[in-house]
Amino acid sequence: MSEAPPVSHWDTDFDVLDPGYVTDPFSIWDDLRRSCPVAHTDRRGSTWLPTRYQDVVDLAHDIDHFSSTQISVIPFNGVPRDQPVLQYGLPPISADPPLHTWTRRLLLPWFSHRRVDGYEAMTRALCSELVDGFVNTGGTDAARDYAQQIPVRVIASILGVPSSLSDTFTGWVRDILEFADDPERRQHGAEGLINFFVAELERRKTEPGDDLLSDLLHSEFDGAPVETSVVLGVAALVLIAGVDTTWSAIGSSLWHLATQPDDRARLVADPDAMPLAVEELLRAYSPVTMARLVTEDVEFEGCPMKAGDKVLMNFPGANRDPEVFEDAERVVLDRELNRHVAFGSGIHRCAGSNLARMELRVALEEWLVRIPEFRLADGAEVTWAGGQVRGPRSIPVVFP
Amino acid sequence: MRIRVDPEKCQGHARCYGLAPELFDVDDYGLSTVIGDGSVPPELEGRARLAIANCPEYAIEELQD
Repeated sequence: MSEAPPVSHWDTDFDVLDPGYVTDPFSIWDDLRRSCPVAHTDRRGSTWLPTRYQDVVDLAHDIDHFSSTQISVIPFNGVPRDQPVLQYGLPPISADPPLHTWTRRLLLPWFSHRRVDGYEAMTRALCSELVDGFVNTGGTDAARDYAQQIPVRVIASILGVPSSLSDTFTGWVRDILEFADDPERRQHGAEGLINFFVAELERRKTEPGDDLLSDLLHSEFDGAPVETSVVLGVAALVLIAGVDTTWSAIGSSLWHLATQPDDRARLVADPDAMPLAVEELLRAYSPVTMARLVTEDVEFEGCPMKAGDKVLMNFPGANRDPEVFEDAERVVLDRELNRHVAFGSGIHRCAGSNLARMELRVALEEWLVRIPEFRLADGAEVTWAGGQVRGPRSIPVVFP
Repeated sequence: MRIRVDPEKCQGHARCYGLAPELFDVDDYGLSTVIGDGSVPPELEGRARLAIANCPEYAIEELQD
């Protein structure tokens, strides 16, 4: 990790990797919303950070000025080696229309409500099996031994790749997202993941299976087979986006319940409260921030944005805006008016949102039914990761 | 009460379907539509209003007959 000087002014010199920001970004956003609602920094290139709900939504909808061709919150610092196999990036998330539109249509049916209903039994069995591993031991790490283990296995099953490699997948994804400030780690993760999918796709050319990778490989666009580099980009995206996003949401939710006994008791007593609670936990602890690239000079809310600048789509901060949410800083599990944008806004709405919601709900249900009472271990050090995806990486908890 | 989903605005968040599956359907691409002609039985009006108030894209509207 690079040694960054401390932040003295959050409005003109913010740093999303500042340890204080990673641990508690909420008070920083609250201050900025009042004093300088669109902050700026020159760290890692000229970058803007909106903090108000309406600004974030407006930016997300203006796809002409704010392109998705650079979505990385932390730009690649090293010299990127040529990767012609990924010449289309990771569509649809890193694409604008028209590439975005048709690649997204390849993906969406795999994450429709009907399909996701079909993944629920597998997810429940997986969660239950994980709980078996620690329920009688008096304590566990709710992030490392539970939250982290769930989405990677579900997404591996959907892709059709061995879930026995889940630790390897998790390592690559962390290298790419969590340790993005370290060029060598990022390169290592990207190469590992790409080489793996190149081999998996090659195998499916002759041995197609009943899985997402095979489906992508044998799909067509405009009457012609989809190019392998597009397939590779979509496949890599599904793994990258499907792992530590939902893991972070599950982890943040368990951290909340470990530290808020009233909310925990309420969910245990009334399982029907879960659907609204899931939306509220998604609002309060939205994990994902994406970037946009400014395509031409434009003034936004008085800010002179230049072509080539980046804008961080601060969906987590938007979801804490008191102009839109009453008691925005509080978690209100039965919040009924909750127009949150945890899954984004506009044409890039998270393609896996149905899956993420199901995984979060099932993970909490299976935990709470077996471990209704738990709290942070005495002296527990909860650690958080931030940047592109914010969530706890270690949550030591104890239970009777 | 009658409602409709604007297909130009809907982006597939599926909040309406989650809140009121009796009133909405979602296709394989995430597009929500009202069931039938969008008429809301009186006992479901509250949930229809919740769906309207929770849609992140402001895609659901009440029709003024």
